[in-house]
Amino acid sequence: MVQSDFKSADPIAWCPGCGDFGILSAVQKALVKLEKQPRDVLLVSGIGQAAKLPHYVNANCFNGLHGRALPAATGAKIANRTLTVIVTTGDGDCYGEGGNHFIHAIRRNPDITVIVHDNQVYGLTKGQASPTTEKGYVTKVQTKGVTLEPFRPLEIGLSLGCGFVARGFASDIDHLADLIVQGVRHTGFSLIDVLQPCVSFNRLNTQAWYKERVYKVDSEANYNPADFISAFGKAREWGDRIPLGVIYRKEKPSYEELSGLSELDPLIEYEANTEEFEKALKKFI
Amino acid sequence: MGFDVSIRIAGEAGQGIQTIGSLLCRIIRNCGWEFMANQDYMSRVRGGNNSYTLRISDRRVLSLSDHVDILIPLNAESIALHRSALKPRGRIILDKERLASGENHPSFLDVPFEAIALKQGGNARYAGSAALGALTGMLGIDIESVESVVWEFFASMGMAVAEDNGACAQTGYDLGRKEPNFQKIGKVQASASRFLLDGNEAIALGAVYAGCRFYSGYPMTPSTTIMETLAGFSSEMPLIVEQAEDEIAAINMVIGASYAGIRAMTGTSGGGFALMTEGISLAAMLETPVVVVNGQRPAPATGLPTRTEQADLDLVLHAGHGEFARAVYAPGTIEEAFELTIKAFDVADRFQVPAIILSDQYLADMVTPVTLPRNVDLPRSRHTLPRAAQEEERAYKRYRLTETGVSPRAIPSWISGVVYADSDEHTEEGHITEDAVIRAAMVEKRFTKKMDLLAKEVVSPRAVNIENARTILLGFGSTRGVVEDVCQAMKGEKVGCIHFPQVWPFPSAALASLLSQAPGARLFTVENNAGGQLARLIQRETRIVIDGSILKFDGRPFYFEELYDRLFNKKF
Repeated sequence: MVQSDFKSADPIAWCPGCGDFGILSAVQKALVKLEKQPRDVLLVSGIGQAAKLPHYVNANCFNGLHGRALPAATGAKIANRTLTVIVTTGDGDCYGEGGNHFIHAIRRNPDITVIVHDNQVYGLTKGQASPTTEKGYVTKVQTKGVTLEPFRPLEIGLSLGCGFVARGFASDIDHLADLIVQGVRHTGFSLIDVLQPCVSFNRLNTQAWYKERVYKVDSEANYNPADFISAFGKAREWGDRIPLGVIYRKEKPSYEELSGLSELDPLIEYEANTEEFEKALKKFI
Repeated sequence: MGFDVSIRIAGEAGQGIQTIGSLLCRIIRNCGWEFMANQDYMSRVRGGNNSYTLRISDRRVLSLSDHVDILIPLNAESIALHRSALKPRGRIILDKERLASGENHPSFLDVPFEAIALKQGGNARYAGSAALGALTGMLGIDIESVESVVWEFFASMGMAVAEDNGACAQTGYDLGRKEPNFQKIGKVQASASRFLLDGNEAIALGAVYAGCRFYSGYPMTPSTTIMETLAGFSSEMPLIVEQAEDEIAAINMVIGASYAGIRAMTGTSGGGFALMTEGISLAAMLETPVVVVNGQRPAPATGLPTRTEQADLDLVLHAGHGEFARAVYAPGTIEEAFELTIKAFDVADRFQVPAIILSDQYLADMVTPVTLPRNVDLPRSRHTLPRAAQEEERAYKRYRLTETGVSPRAIPSWISGVVYADSDEHTEEGHITEDAVIRAAMVEKRFTKKMDLLAKEVVSPRAVNIENARTILLGFGSTRGVVEDVCQAMKGEKVGCIHFPQVWPFPSAALASLLSQAPGARLFTVENNAGGQLARLIQRETRIVIDGSILKFDGRPFYFEELYDRLFNKKF
């Protein structure tokens, strides 16, 4: 498999220069590196610009409702645990509309990889504040500037016990592709928040703004992603310096293991059968 | 000699009323008689006043009576609350010293439950077994039938517990048996094996029959026991039950699972169903089959959480933004709940549409002895492309435009290509489009064409005594039993009835054909709601004029005498 094998025929509808192109390329590169076949991969999304990504990949695609990608992805993984399930979502989709699902999907810990295109603004609806927009940022709706505290996805992921917490940058495609590879290989819920410049609506967090600030955690010789306390410190770091890379990693039992799914054949393999019915019926004798 | 005995056990939550009730059901079933049981409970864990009512007969019982022959109050409040329901010659079996020491009344049969429990079992909590014994003794049921059920139930808690409860039941039984002024029913040879299950258990069992592999839900009375019943099976078969964070997650998990290729189901009550409506619309757009149960309770908002109503008919008919085909089933009996659940899975898969089962608290908690169609082969194929054909397919299009409107369905990873499913308007391939021609074609596919297919599959209305009837009662869902019972009782007055096990697509042609057997009959709907939603549905769909509606919306089901009285005396 090469990267073009994971390209679909669907024409791309993003703005020229959008950070989504880098994320798309990183997803395709990661699938090549993971040696996946298109038929064994499922990309799940909600609504927003990020949610269009699965259409541009030659793989199975479930483009559902705004905010609801995580439960749909969980259900699909339950039905067929052999699928490599990757969610492509945005800061509005995942942290706003789908905030409750984000919290509980981490607690549930299905073996899925969640890539959040975090451009800190609402693109598809043209420029309103998202959960991660910086305080004070003025939009057509937040006319006096955003007053809400920004949602901190990495800190929240860590406090909920997420076993894989990472941050990528849409303009560093190879680094992001590597994070996706690691996220897919990690068993359980993998969160990859991706800094993504929005060329149309985010005047503050631009390509240049990010480039001045980002650095890689593994450039620090002593950084240990297994150490929760230092990971929490890194997750809180925002401003002049913004860390990229695997912030935290810890293996723990996944939903598939805890629910008993791992001991069964993939559920799609089972037909209805009379034996099970007769067994169930015995409870009502 | 025929008999028809109604019994009510009442007390506060936590006194074991449900246990006594379910053991009594078991004993009566084993004795070969027919019965119907239901419970009336408050939305609280302890205290309040709950009751369990059974109607027992040698003939098929389809409804409950609110006039009882025997009342067993387990606390003083229950005497005051339920005494008015006692028939003129009815009896109250009670622990007189504890509950009514100052009063003597000819209806009283004094059985010191607590003293018996303490003396025979050394535990006041065994009072229920003494009560059960007194009741079965009074009914003239043989002691072996009582003992075997008591033993079987308590043996799981240890032999000593079973023995002590058996002794309590025996002492109660001896006291009840001495009561001469009551009809003894004894037993008959039981027919084929009859199962004991309530409406929710019947839905869960139907799901197992249909090969449902995944259920996700959020606990909400009265639907929760569907999830609990399935969870009870999940260790014995490939079946995953997941409690979701909310109803939105529940239905989206189910849609995701169904997209990936398994039969999946969710259930809730009206409030949770309201949250699921976005998902119903998604399932329709993705053309992904789902089965959704709405176990109705009185609303708006939180309403009366533990009681019954049929006011979500309009909701389920219209739930979800946009236009699309759906099927709505409204089972009226335990057997129908089982069979229509299987039907819902079949229709959802064949036509790739949402199928909704409209139940309510009354049906959810109703228990009757049933023989299920065990050896009949009800349909349970997933209706996907054959696996070998999926491997050979080279140009799969999830939404291929076909003459019927149904596109061949593939299972991701089984199909050689990939499956694009999209909530936006989409091309045949499943990619986002805004093309006007494709849009119109897809609307016809999802809505008009599938509605035509569903209309051909509609479950026929069930008619009783309608030939030349002067009055016809029409109902849907859980009112079936009481309507049929009243209709049989008023056969002389030429009263017939028609029950709709499926309300959408509405069986207009079948109704018109049935009504042609009773020209000039006056038509009345019987509904557990205030708006006459069925009457309005019939008029909207058929232009048949409904002459009136007998409505009840106090959160309680229709009782036999009540419906009879309202019809006979034209109180509606």
